Amino acid sequence: MFSKVYSAVIHGIDGLIVSVEADVSDGLPLFDMVGLLNSEVKEARERVRIALKNSGYMLPAKRITVNLSPADIRKEGTAFDLPVAIAILAAFGHILEENLEGTLIIGELSLNGKINKVNGVLPLVYAAKKQGFLRCVVPKDNAEEGAVVNGIEIYSVSTITEAVNLLSDFTIHKPNTIDVDRLFENPVSNEDVDFSEVAGQAAVKRAIEIAVSGMHNILMIGPPGSGKTMLAKRIPTIMPELTFEESMEISKIYSIAGLLDNRALITRRPFRSPHHSITTTALVGGGTIPKPGEISLAHLGVLFLDELPEFNKNTIEVLRQPLEEKAITISRLNATFRYPAGFMMVASMNPCSCGYYPDRNKCSCSLPMVKRYLGKISKPLLDRFDICIEAMQIDYKELQNKKDEENSSDIRKRIYKARQIQLKRYENQGIWFNSQLTPKNIRKYCKLEAKEQSLLEQAFRKMNLTARAYHRILKVARTIADLDLSERISTKHISEAICYRSIDGKYWGEM
Amino acid sequence: MKKNSKMEKHIEMRKNNTVENSAMEEEAYRYWIGSIPNLRANKINAILEYFGSPKEVYNASICALEDMIKVSNMNGIAIMEGDLEATIKGRDMDLLIKNLEYLKNHGIKFVTMLDDSYPDKLRNIYDPPFLLYYKGNPLPDKKKIISIVGARECSIYGKETAKYLASALAREDITIISGLARGIDSYAHMGALSSEGITYGIMGCGIDICYPAENIKLYMDIQAKGGIISEYGPGIKPLAYHFPMRNRIISALSDGILVIEAKEKSGSLITVDMGLDQGKNIYAVPGRITDKLSKGCNNLIKMGAKVVTSPKDILEDFLEYFNSGDDQLKLTGILDSSEQAIYDILTLSPMHIEDIVSITGFDLGEIMEYLLSMELKDIISQPFKNYYTRRPV
Repeated sequence: MFSKVYSAVIHGIDGLIVSVEADVSDGLPLFDMVGLLNSEVKEARERVRIALKNSGYMLPAKRITVNLSPADIRKEGTAFDLPVAIAILAAFGHILEENLEGTLIIGELSLNGKINKVNGVLPLVYAAKKQGFLRCVVPKDNAEEGAVVNGIEIYSVSTITEAVNLLSDFTIHKPNTIDVDRLFENPVSNEDVDFSEVAGQAAVKRAIEIAVSGMHNILMIGPPGSGKTMLAKRIPTIMPELTFEESMEISKIYSIAGLLDNRALITRRPFRSPHHSITTTALVGGGTIPKPGEISLAHLGVLFLDELPEFNKNTIEVLRQPLEEKAITISRLNATFRYPAGFMMVASMNPCSCGYYPDRNKCSCSLPMVKRYLGKISKPLLDRFDICIEAMQIDYKELQNKKDEENSSDIRKRIYKARQIQLKRYENQGIWFNSQLTPKNIRKYCKLEAKEQSLLEQAFRKMNLTARAYHRILKVARTIADLDLSERISTKHISEAICYRSIDGKYWGEM
Repeated sequence: MKKNSKMEKHIEMRKNNTVENSAMEEEAYRYWIGSIPNLRANKINAILEYFGSPKEVYNASICALEDMIKVSNMNGIAIMEGDLEATIKGRDMDLLIKNLEYLKNHGIKFVTMLDDSYPDKLRNIYDPPFLLYYKGNPLPDKKKIISIVGARECSIYGKETAKYLASALAREDITIISGLARGIDSYAHMGALSSEGITYGIMGCGIDICYPAENIKLYMDIQAKGGIISEYGPGIKPLAYHFPMRNRIISALSDGILVIEAKEKSGSLITVDMGLDQGKNIYAVPGRITDKLSKGCNNLIKMGAKVVTSPKDILEDFLEYFNSGDDQLKLTGILDSSEQAIYDILTLSPMHIEDIVSITGFDLGEIMEYLLSMELKDIISQPFKNYYTRRPV
């Protein structure tokens, strides 16, 4: 007897439909699986055999062959256990063939017949919906995650017996549902942080506001304990709330990485702050079985690199290309994977190895030492920070200051307006934010009048700016003007942008 | 055959260089006696008193040298067996010619105590160098000289002050000397160069070594109108004990010593101590009492050093006539009232933009506009990101 069941495999961040075929015929008793299988899929043979036995199904002494097709795509993950078991049961006539039509099945088996949760359910269900499947059978623990996808019925099961009952008659079971709006109304907030908790640092806060408005990368330099990390942690709170589409995109990545942690969807912007001992693979993704790295997990959120010079130089350099392309492409012999990586890079560093330069009462680093410390970051990477700001030591007065600091939601309102202006301006241009402007676009959208033109020219000559610095200043000035709700870029905007321009070597020990 | 012709050439060269030209010959012998290792000036003078000239010493018999030692020892100057050995070992005409050629090819000149051009200020100090190497121009005789010394790891305040004072003094034709080290020394040289003044670097290593290497540009630029001076011959490494020795030359050559920034225990204070022994004027730039880098200077002031708050304080001691007019730049007309308000609170020590905001009460955006405008007018500077200082004018 022959039977066919549908399942899916993760490919990059998308699901790919795989059909699981089982055939039972006479011959020497044998259970064989073919179809370019990874070892965890090959091992499914043992799990399936024993799980079926422990669920009360005796496999007759027949020759069983299972094929996973298309046969030229590598199958990996543990989601094939359940579909293989169901296919075999169907081949032996325990399940009606027509009930399997239009049904996607995923799940991992325990030896006792229980169904365990798997990673990547969201993109798999999403792929099933796109392919026109009617329903999905998923492990109980993944039910909420799957139910997020609209337009497809999600049934959850916890044992093989339940699955067989379900597949015999769908009508007596109710599909799982979830109220997506409710998820967004009450975002699960495990850490209630707010900008108002940070004392002082008005200049840094302002710089962050501008950076978030235009999605500019920002570098904060300052002595230890000046609140750089604290501020960075609060950046997601001033970013505009996630839309459903954005949330889906992020949740898919988290689903694959197995980081959804019983949540149905990611409803808060990600904030990833990898430790500086991170390896290249962990940062950008990869491995023999490619997995998304930190930069993809920070997609549509913030990637915070604390103590930038302490990172391995080679590790940091790989960021250059994803920063430009907003995605990372990982090539392997069998396939090429593309993970999104549209993050905002926030980095912090001390000005020297002791951290207190230029305060000569505390810092006794010699100039060459200071230069060497900065030299750990390459110029091309430094060039990718549009905004650079020096945080100063907080003094006691500021800490005691009872004056009300602005809270995150007020800042977020301003940023929202600035972002709307940008979205409208760049409609149908393939870009969304000022930070994405190319030199050609800059000429079009950052027009300066004579007075501003001459100010910038003066500054250009006086400060030995490079062409790249010039473009960065214009992009940031555009964002500042947008925050000001002004179409015209004024001298004030230009001046402020020049103040935030990236450091060049001359700030360290200019002669 | 080849060897013979080489030999002939060598003999000819020797004739040309030493025998035929008696002035050059005398100079060579002076160089020879000055370059004998560990033979300090007092010993050389005792030897020369006995023999009359370096050439006689070169040609003296061992008996004569031994006699000389006895006489010297009776006069209280102990010349050791080792010195004798070094003298005899040093009698190598080929090596001497080679060394002189090397100096000539590398533009290194020298002066000994026997020369008239030897600086008089050095003659009377304790343990003067018998032989001084120099590159560039010889030391000026008549000009007033001030040495500017201070910390290597200096603050922005020190840097700006050093540049400003050196430049103002050099403009009045005062020669600036310093040690070409990092920090204050370098900035003093730069300040002098910026107003096209004369400046000399006194080195604590071989005359042909630029230490620290990053100062190579200064090392070259100084030689155009001033020069590099060292008592150490080519190739001698910058060893720690050379620097206090170098400091005695700095202090001796100068008419006054200006200390810009020094910690409580600083090498600059060695220069000052030596200067005091040599009877020089000591000047110090005051600093805040809480600044570690100004402790040394403030202590000097406490002990009686002259407080320097403007170049005038030094000029009035150095020059008979000087323009005592107000040297503050007239800023009215250049700055508008808001800019003036910001300018007034800025000092020579860097101030963070947030401090400026909290003191003046201006809006952050406005402040940035004013600061940029003043920066472009060269009235203030931004020594590092988001910190501002007033430019000394």
